[in-house]
Amino acid sequence: MKQFEILGKKDTRSGFGEGLLEIGRQNPDVVALCADLTGSLKMDAFLKEFPERFFQAGIAEANMIGMAAGMTIGGKIPYTGTFANFSTGRVYDQIRQSVAYSQKNVKICASHAGLTLGEDGATHQILEDIGMMRMLPHMTVIVPADFNQTKQATMAIADHKGPVYLRFGRPVVPIFVQPDAKFTIGKADVLIEGTDVTIIACGHLVWKSIEAAQQLAEQGISAEVINMHTIKPLDEKAILDSINKTKCVVTAEEHMLNGGLGDAVAQVLARHLPTPQEYVGVNDTFGESGTPDELMVKYGLDTPNIVEAVKKVIKRK
Amino acid sequence: MEIQQLQAIATQVRRDIVRMVSGANSGHPGGSLGCADFLTVLYFEMMKHNPNHFSMDGKEEDLFFLSNGHISPVWYSVLARSGYFPIEELATFRKLNARLQGHPSTDKKIPGVRMASGSLGQGLSNAIGAALTKKLNHDNRTVYTLHGDGELQEGQIWEAAMYAAANKVDNLIATIDYNGRQIDGDVEDVLSLGDLNGKWQAFGWEVLEMDGHSYPDLIETLSKAKSMTGNGKPIVIIMKTEMGQGVDYMVGSHKWHGVAPNVEQLQQALIQLEETLGDY
Repeated sequence: MKQFEILGKKDTRSGFGEGLLEIGRQNPDVVALCADLTGSLKMDAFLKEFPERFFQAGIAEANMIGMAAGMTIGGKIPYTGTFANFSTGRVYDQIRQSVAYSQKNVKICASHAGLTLGEDGATHQILEDIGMMRMLPHMTVIVPADFNQTKQATMAIADHKGPVYLRFGRPVVPIFVQPDAKFTIGKADVLIEGTDVTIIACGHLVWKSIEAAQQLAEQGISAEVINMHTIKPLDEKAILDSINKTKCVVTAEEHMLNGGLGDAVAQVLARHLPTPQEYVGVNDTFGESGTPDELMVKYGLDTPNIVEAVKKVIKRK
Repeated sequence: MEIQQLQAIATQVRRDIVRMVSGANSGHPGGSLGCADFLTVLYFEMMKHNPNHFSMDGKEEDLFFLSNGHISPVWYSVLARSGYFPIEELATFRKLNARLQGHPSTDKKIPGVRMASGSLGQGLSNAIGAALTKKLNHDNRTVYTLHGDGELQEGQIWEAAMYAAANKVDNLIATIDYNGRQIDGDVEDVLSLGDLNGKWQAFGWEVLEMDGHSYPDLIETLSKAKSMTGNGKPIVIIMKTEMGQGVDYMVGSHKWHGVAPNVEQLQQALIQLEETLGDY
């Protein structure tokens, strides 16, 4: 089985900050907007180097999204930055009308997604954002897995004409994607090849899926691990190719079971290849205060939960 | 253009509005009729724009955003009469597969429209964004918006108002259609705007007032607003209008906000509105 080396540990939001600065240097049309969370989003470096292309919106997210949509008229490529909750739920109608329906070239960049926001608690821990964003026509939805991939995705979306939702997080997590890897929107990464089960994961759950696959290998179970960094458009071919071989699947995400990656995968399978599926995700409940690690354990999003789900789904084959 | 010519265009626009709304058996005639004079003056007298070669980016052109998207009939008519698309297309308003959606959208690529609107309160933010891009592009043209008075009850308007003043977005002229009516009745009764002039001043805007049916006032005030751009402050014009202006039985009543006239009522309206440029 392919072994993954931990290249370091960093937060994915820092990958966004570095990617934004780098794409800002490469593309003079890139502009950035932030709603009073410049430090949290790691947008300081862009602000320092390109103050004339940075727009501080204040705590007024609806206006920020509306302005970003307007800024595309005349050729700018706006990146908006705030927490995932305020990037989606708070401004759903603004995104729906001014960005998605109007097909504006806005990049909605959302940090502190999911339970791993931690101690601030459920008011800030959005677990519904992938669902909301993937329901919108014209919207591309990307959930990169580590620091390197978040940086690569942040840069790649500038070349994609159209609205994008880019979701990343707060905690420091292992880096395993190579720094020079090419990020292709809509093309899944098969990280580990296996024959007994397919694990499809996104975001912070990808590394945990690698860990799960390693533990399963020690127990004689061969798991294939797919990093589904693009939820929409979904790489249906990668899903079907893998499951034609393994005949069962576990999906893993830091999101509600309703509306997330697991739902998206299930829809593909229901239409083309009905398959036993188990879900690792949050089951119709809000989060709470705690450390990121404590929360991932309490809400069943940890490596042992993936191992357990794999064993359960294999029995259903 | 002579005032008489502008008035003749606006009269035809009013005919278009009532015929479109009647033809679709739905739509919003009241506010549309009230803004016919303003939009005619804006598109035929004030704005530098390029109806024959519409570009989404609108570089080196003045831009207009309709924030109260439900008065789409007046905008579509003015766009068609300006040359953005064939006037015959006005007959397709609100019909299946039409580019002229009930509320303006870019979805079907209708020339002249750069942003969807309908869900209220978003157009000022959109216009500020476009104005910021004009500044980044060293493009000296102006961005115009139109808002309903009831629309000002939306909180996003005031987020945008605060931003524009704090950041000296001075290439922006917003106009408020102050007809005092909204769906449930008079704005004063539904949710009073209080001292509207004072509110905008307190937010840091230059505030002008005008009579939305007086051509000398429209031209003079819009010209004055234009002369005030580039001085560090956004500009708002509180424009007094009558909902339903031009059709006697609709004037001044909120009842014609979103109701289409029937065949008899249409005839009664058309008698009052001379066919000046030819119907579609």
